[in-house]
Amino acid sequence: MELLQFDFLRHALAAGILASIACGVVGSYVVIKRIVFISGGISHTAYGGIGLGYFLGINPILGAVFFTVISALGMGVLAERTRQREDTLIGIIWAVGMALGVIFVKLSPGYTSDLMSYLFGNILAVPFQDLILISILDAIIVAVVWFYFEELKAVAFDEEFAQVAGISTRLFNLLLLLLIALTVVVMIRAVGIILVIALMSIPPAIAGQSSKSLKGMMVLAIILGIVFNSGGIFLSYFFDLPSGATIILLAAAGFIISTASRQRFG
Amino acid sequence: MDRMDREERKKVIEIENLLVKLDGRTVLEEVNLSVYEKDFLGIIGPNGGGKTTLLKTILGLVTAEAGTIKIMGEKMKKNRGQVAYVPQYAAFDRSFPVNVWEVVLMGRLGSKRGRSYSELDQEIAREVLKRVEMYELRHRPIGELSGGEIQRVLVARALAGRPEILLLDEPTASIDSRFQAGFYELLEELNREMTLILVSHDISAISVYVKTLACLNCKLYYQHSKELSPEMIEKGYQCPVELIAHGVPHRVLAAHDGVVGS
Repeated sequence: MELLQFDFLRHALAAGILASIACGVVGSYVVIKRIVFISGGISHTAYGGIGLGYFLGINPILGAVFFTVISALGMGVLAERTRQREDTLIGIIWAVGMALGVIFVKLSPGYTSDLMSYLFGNILAVPFQDLILISILDAIIVAVVWFYFEELKAVAFDEEFAQVAGISTRLFNLLLLLLIALTVVVMIRAVGIILVIALMSIPPAIAGQSSKSLKGMMVLAIILGIVFNSGGIFLSYFFDLPSGATIILLAAAGFIISTASRQRFG
Repeated sequence: MDRMDREERKKVIEIENLLVKLDGRTVLEEVNLSVYEKDFLGIIGPNGGGKTTLLKTILGLVTAEAGTIKIMGEKMKKNRGQVAYVPQYAAFDRSFPVNVWEVVLMGRLGSKRGRSYSELDQEIAREVLKRVEMYELRHRPIGELSGGEIQRVLVARALAGRPEILLLDEPTASIDSRFQAGFYELLEELNREMTLILVSHDISAISVYVKTLACLNCKLYYQHSKELSPEMIEKGYQCPVELIAHGVPHRVLAAHDGVVGS
């Protein structure tokens, strides 16, 4: 474990653990509620925020928070107020967010060197400042879910009944979209905007194959996320591979093995 | 039951001139309905006749274009827990990681304070689970239950909210016919304490257990009794073929009157 003497590796592992916590908790809701593609849409709009960050000369991650939150709220409100089909709205918001990012980056002065790391992740180069920021976001996510666990579960299970029972499903659906927005930001440093959708869905999907409770599913998804992130970090370090892609492929391999073994024995 | 008896009882649901449109299409029109305390109303009608929409409008899930709905004499704005709902169980994902106990507790969502369910909520959940004879299976994941067991859990979930009126939407659609009789017996027992409205397209099954019948096909045909005249069915279904197979419709229904009546 001499490797852990390196600051960058310690930061990478910490970022991996933080990302795993957010994705295990929020990703479980995303998977059981079947809104993986809404999450994909929200994550891609983060590119607009990254571009805005470059343009204004602020931390691109802050720009990403702004854009994902706005797009999550926009998606929730638009889906309800307009008569458009939801998947059409997702597609439009997805592309508009990216298009804005492309324009902002083009207009930005100077050299936008680590743009690729925001798109595909570079967990081996997470600045300490970003680690603090994603810790705060993680704490917010966990606190909100801890407090509203039952409501979010009930709305995911049977929205109509939850409304009849007297809770505002509109509010909790919007809350879940906001949690997704924050989770996306937490994961951008690890796997990048484009690959976020995989890390948000694969660990909960594997966990869901054997979990009998939502709580159990979340805990198992967090553990799996930590395994995939840490494994990916070491593989990418030793074989000099891009970290984000390595983490995702490792997770995908885990998903295939888990699914195949259940097909045979389950 | 005679008309005098009914007038002494409280009106629990009063619907006047209800008009409901979904995506611009008229689904319910000129619906007038009075449901009295401890009624057991069966609503039949063809698929797409607006049965589920009527229940959802009573629950406040669908907004009416015109007309009024009064629940317990008060104009309905938002469901305040007096009305509970048992959906067609196909409505949710059976692979959802949740067990019987958790599902039943969801019936207490409206009265839950703070982050977890109170001791009282859990006490009520125990009570209603015993009532539907599912307490022993409380730790069972929902995906491992049979159709009949799921239906009992959904009834328990609805009862957990301590409702005065229970709406059931095709509750036996996915139950094995062997268990249907037992399920209807449970409903008869519940009917001693609360008002029931049951929606079904299966006239022969429900006509044995309900006290009154109505036929819904956009408009509601209802005469406060268990008998449907051939005209009502003709208007309601616009296609009486299915019923002719059972004989003359009003005679089939009238034959049960003495058995369950009052």
